[in-house]
Amino acid sequence: MATTTIKPQTLVGRGIRRCEDPRLITGTATYLDDIKMPGMHHAVVVRSPHGAAKISGIRTDAALALRGVSAVFTGADVAHLGPVPTAASLPGLRVPHHHLLAQDRVYYQGHPVAVVVASDRYIARDAADLVEVDYEPLPAVTDPEKAIAAGAPAVHPEWPDNTAFTYHQEGGDAAAAFQQADVIVTQRITSQRLIPVAMETRGVVAEWRPGEKSMTLYSSTQIPHLMRSLVAGILGMPENHLRVITPEVGGGFGSKLNVYAEEALVAFVAMRINHPVKWVESRRENFQATIHGRGHVDYYEVAAKRDGTMLGLKLKIIQDLGAYHQLLTAAIPTLSVLMMPGLYRFKNVSADIVGAFTNCVPTDAYRGAGRPEATHGIERMVDILAAELKMDPAEIRLKNFVQNSEFPYATATGLSYDSGNYAAPLKEALAQVDYPSLRAEQERARAEGRLMGIGLSTYGEICAMGPSPAMPAGGWESATVKIEPSGKVTVLTGASPHGQGEETTFAQITADELGVPIEDIMVVHGDTATVQYGIGTFGSRGTAVGGAALYYALQDLKAKIKKFGAMLLKTDAVTLANGACLDEKSGNSASLAQIATAAYVAKELPPNTDPGLVATRFWEPPNFTFPFGAHIVVTEVDRETGQIEIRRYVAVDDIGRIINPLLVAGQVHGGVAQGLGQALWEEAIYDDTGQLVSGELSEYAIAKAASMPWIESSHTETPSPVNPLGVKGVGEAGTIGCSPAVVNSVVDALSHLGVRHIDMPLTPEKVWKLIAQGGRA
Amino acid sequence: MLRMEHTISLNINGKPRTDEVEPRLLLIHYLREVVGLTGPHIGCETSVCGACTVLLDGKAVKSCTMFAVQANGRNLTTIEGLATDGKLDPLQEAFWNEHGLQCGFCTPGMILTARQLLADHPSPTEEEIRHGLEGNLCRCTGYQHIVNAVKAAAGKAGA
Repeated sequence: MATTTIKPQTLVGRGIRRCEDPRLITGTATYLDDIKMPGMHHAVVVRSPHGAAKISGIRTDAALALRGVSAVFTGADVAHLGPVPTAASLPGLRVPHHHLLAQDRVYYQGHPVAVVVASDRYIARDAADLVEVDYEPLPAVTDPEKAIAAGAPAVHPEWPDNTAFTYHQEGGDAAAAFQQADVIVTQRITSQRLIPVAMETRGVVAEWRPGEKSMTLYSSTQIPHLMRSLVAGILGMPENHLRVITPEVGGGFGSKLNVYAEEALVAFVAMRINHPVKWVESRRENFQATIHGRGHVDYYEVAAKRDGTMLGLKLKIIQDLGAYHQLLTAAIPTLSVLMMPGLYRFKNVSADIVGAFTNCVPTDAYRGAGRPEATHGIERMVDILAAELKMDPAEIRLKNFVQNSEFPYATATGLSYDSGNYAAPLKEALAQVDYPSLRAEQERARAEGRLMGIGLSTYGEICAMGPSPAMPAGGWESATVKIEPSGKVTVLTGASPHGQGEETTFAQITADELGVPIEDIMVVHGDTATVQYGIGTFGSRGTAVGGAALYYALQDLKAKIKKFGAMLLKTDAVTLANGACLDEKSGNSASLAQIATAAYVAKELPPNTDPGLVATRFWEPPNFTFPFGAHIVVTEVDRETGQIEIRRYVAVDDIGRIINPLLVAGQVHGGVAQGLGQALWEEAIYDDTGQLVSGELSEYAIAKAASMPWIESSHTETPSPVNPLGVKGVGEAGTIGCSPAVVNSVVDALSHLGVRHIDMPLTPEKVWKLIAQGGRA
Repeated sequence: MLRMEHTISLNINGKPRTDEVEPRLLLIHYLREVVGLTGPHIGCETSVCGACTVLLDGKAVKSCTMFAVQANGRNLTTIEGLATDGKLDPLQEAFWNEHGLQCGFCTPGMILTARQLLADHPSPTEEEIRHGLEGNLCRCTGYQHIVNAVKAAAGKAGA
């Protein structure tokens, strides 16, 4: 296990309330739309109403004639600018040129066609309606399986098979394992398209200073530094003339882990009209033009011995990519392949992916990004196998878990699981629900004709993304810690939190290491002119990578503080505690403020030491981290209506060491809410012509206060050896653990009726039909 | 375009003001763009999400689906008007203590809706709290800590 110097009875480990909240609860935080500048203009994007169409003409004169309209730009105006970038690199990947505005054709509903700029938001909106676009609608294809079948309309005419890539990975000998098997179970499992729905939509403000030839771009993003590099590339602008600032960000969930056309487009417009320009996405645009998640059709096969020992796993993924590659689109299903064995000792695996172009907005990273799909699949398959073998779902899991003595465990998909005790959270969860009693209750319920289900999932996930060789664009993170001349402490992190609370957890870590009051610490993030280069916040990496970088920077800084402390106290060695250096021999001490003053005034310096008290570390993680856990869901299905009631939700998550249990609980609850959304309510539905039918919040059901069950959240704690904090990451655990537990529970409730599998979302209509049809879909 | 202006006089967070507004100007845009407030947020412009919730004569309303002219002569409270003399409202304090927010975007609307909820039900059950907050969406918290916060604030208000 990792060595760690976190001391007991300090701030780390305590559920203190957040440092960021005072501005948020008083309405005084500055989100993107709160930014106002003198002379600022407003942009509105004109978008395609069609899923596929040729553009045969665009007329902008009526829009331009409206008083207050400053400009209208169309595809021809931006054809010279670089494409919207993708960082996914798979062999033979077909990458359509992704212009900032459509050229002669649109590929999905919401595809940007023109941008209108006016002195007032209302006028810009009026003018957008006056842009006349002649469309010749074309046949569209929105189902990924239909897209790769013969004779489907071509999304991109140059690739009639709609296949962006194929990918194969294997480990061990799956063919041999399937030959040796006593039993083979197969199932088609879908993981439907989801819409991330951050409560704050996307937005951009661009401020161009022609004298300095410099641009400041405010963007509601999770990745300010990557944004700067990539937008500079699109615009052909020197990167050091572009500054990206993330104001307060109202949620992301992966949807803001991207560089969209609009960031470069708004910057371009600001340069052309020489005014600051703001663009804020409407909710309908957010549904149509911000990335979606998931979009899998998976074919699973599991080979096992009659005693339940699982031997081999085969998976074919058909990934709905949408019409283009956004930043990580094609890379997401490869994460599903890495995660496909779950927590089990599969020695033999074989996986294939077909990436399918469709006339839909691109899919990309949405909370969990590839891991919920894989976890849902394997956890469903384990239950299907258990049912086939008439084994208890808990028993078959315990039989196949990677054992504690096997860590670090090399998976057949090439990962090295860092640490674990996979049976612990399952046993804890089973104890919490009193599993034998629950099963007895289920027997009685069935005898009474009631449909009660008990579902469990034992999930694993890949967090702390990640070692740079395994990442598309760097997986390290950076931190700078500065003791200011007054003794106050500033932390600059390359992570870019947007609700996760790292202003608090990083202050907790810093306060403990330096022994200073938390009030004396300011955590700064999201400004490329202030913060050293960083990667950002996604993939449950903020604390597990960014926090580790901070920890190492603090160690460097402490060494320097001690040098100045020893100099001031005229001794050889000092200890650092409670914000002061102490000479234990003499009992003399020097406060951090005294030391800071000495380091900056620099009348005298310790040997071989520079002035100032600043330390910066760029930390490269040696591995991912692998949290795990067990969720148990008790459901009751209404036979007459198909309505599902969640009677109990128990989550036991092992996310390594916990910095702030209050914030961890928040992450688990929120994660479960999104997992439950996928399991029960949410689905992005396109019709065959490419219309997004679920195109508004009134048509796309996310969790509401009254639809959420009480979540009983607890933890086992297995430290990660990957980083000095022992943390693993928690941002996605709830989402990943949730959906299979819910579906397993409902299938369990209906299993005696002959139901073996149900695809999400488990709408009452779908469930009712299954019951009415005696279990046949 | 017709840009006939109307005069409205109203009271916002205890301060009277008078403005000339377009008849079609939404109340949320008036509050944000004319008055300069940053507490009420725009999450959907279709009255589903509740991020724009303000109190109109003490009742929670969604300011994205009202015109500014409809607020003429009324008393408006936004999140900026909740703390008195620099002291947080019990609900603000409770949301902070209970970690009832993450990204914070829904929070001003959520707190103001909770304010009306507590006015109607000073000691609400969990079910009443959940039902009362159904018109306000939060994508971060799963609502559990929000429910805890409203419970805690109710306890304080009743004490």
